[in-house]
Amino acid sequence: MRDVAIIGAGITKFGERWDKSLRGLVAEAGLKAIMDAGLSGNEIEAGYVGTMASGSLIGQEHVGAVIADYMGLNPIPITRVEGACASGSLALRQGIMDVSSGMHNIVVVGGVEKMTDQGTMEVTDALGGAGDQEWELFQGMTFPGLYAMMAKRHMYEFGTSEEMLASVAVKNHRNGVKNPNAQYQREVTMEQVLNSKMVADPLKILDCSPITDGAAAVVLAPAEVAHKYSDEVVKIIASAQASDTIALNSRDSLTGLRSAQIAAREAYRQANLKPGDIQLAEVHDCFTIAEIMAIEDLGFFKKGEGGKASLEGRTDYGGDVVVNTSGGLKSAGHPIGATGIKQAVEINAQLRGKAGPRQLDDVEIGLSHNVGGTGATTVVHIYKRTR
Amino acid sequence: MKSSIALTWRKMPERYRLIGSKCETCGTYYFPRRQICPKCRRKGKLVDTKLSGNGKIVTYTQIHVPPTGFEDQVPYVMIMAKMEEGVNITGQLVDANFKDVHIGDRVEQTFRVIQSDDPNGLIYYGFKFRKVKS
Repeated sequence: MRDVAIIGAGITKFGERWDKSLRGLVAEAGLKAIMDAGLSGNEIEAGYVGTMASGSLIGQEHVGAVIADYMGLNPIPITRVEGACASGSLALRQGIMDVSSGMHNIVVVGGVEKMTDQGTMEVTDALGGAGDQEWELFQGMTFPGLYAMMAKRHMYEFGTSEEMLASVAVKNHRNGVKNPNAQYQREVTMEQVLNSKMVADPLKILDCSPITDGAAAVVLAPAEVAHKYSDEVVKIIASAQASDTIALNSRDSLTGLRSAQIAAREAYRQANLKPGDIQLAEVHDCFTIAEIMAIEDLGFFKKGEGGKASLEGRTDYGGDVVVNTSGGLKSAGHPIGATGIKQAVEINAQLRGKAGPRQLDDVEIGLSHNVGGTGATTVVHIYKRTR
Repeated sequence: MKSSIALTWRKMPERYRLIGSKCETCGTYYFPRRQICPKCRRKGKLVDTKLSGNGKIVTYTQIHVPPTGFEDQVPYVMIMAKMEEGVNITGQLVDANFKDVHIGDRVEQTFRVIQSDDPNGLIYYGFKFRKVKS
């Protein structure tokens, strides 16, 4: 097993990208990543791409082949990976295992989703497939509805309030303003969140991540050669994945994601670190309640105290751990398959001191937390800057 | 998502009669039915069992943005109910005002139309829940 490092990263502007198709978005992000690494392209030996719903959203499967063709990478192997909203991090994990094993040296990993070619209802139907189609969706359930049920239970057990949920959206929108690639560069107030249109009680439209087009890519290499491509090397020092039941109703606890707790524990073990060592984290805030559960599941705060911690600014700049400097899924947008790679791109930028106006002072260790569905899959990665 | 005749037929025991599985080795109930008990795996012995249909609300929400096929029902209440047998089931709560729905409320299963394709298409029946006066 070899240590693996990120030697290049690229991302598209997230949002309503009516100008670009899925293949166009991947080419844009991929080219930026390859140029960032200073590669010609001939060095790339394999690739992985995460996308969740290309079949239902644009009628295109076989995405690995589409990308190999349009990136000019034929005949190297490109493999599509799918794990709902965690597809991006699953692709990253495949790339890490590939390089780590010694099978390939230079591997490009991407994530993409093209969502705005469909209307809200078609997207709602497609995303519903991240849950249990036969026993949740058939009954009239929606994906926001499932997270709303977790929110209701969190409120019931711990007294979490709608203001606490809203504070996550307010923070992440404020961070998004400083991210030129974010879908929204617009602050929202607590009142705006609380008074926005109800989607699934208690979640309002401003508690939900938006429908987004976008792609992101990173180039991986064995850590021992990474310094040839970059002075500041970001090593991936933990990669952990865990599974749980597909239906939310099969779980014993609804106030946290067991898969996230297990993946986090395994990641800390691999990295030989504690939650308190993490300086910044990109967490999966598909809904505001999801960020509150994430900061508890990752061990930053005790179960039940995430809402209060958010409201008190303990996850903001200057807090105990800075969460979602990119704006998170909430403000930067959530092009499903791209999200996990976007998290890696953001942590990489922060650790290399290239995060512009949202740069944190002297950070060395970051974490990403990417959830599929209602937590049937969670992937946690930990990154460390080395010189 | 559009359903199919075969899929509907296959699910009739669960959707029409609330048939689940019970593992005779560990005593755990499952709904829908499973082929393998996740707790006992090869030592498990799963048998079909009819659930009572009685339970309590574990959590709930009201859907305002529906999936396809539920457009004319919004807003509607969805609940997760813990059945007497210990297994949780997700379904719609009918004949209830959202303000009067609480965690812990008693509910029972009721047989209803869930959705239909179009006036000449399939009608999908199944279970919903309604509150039981305590």
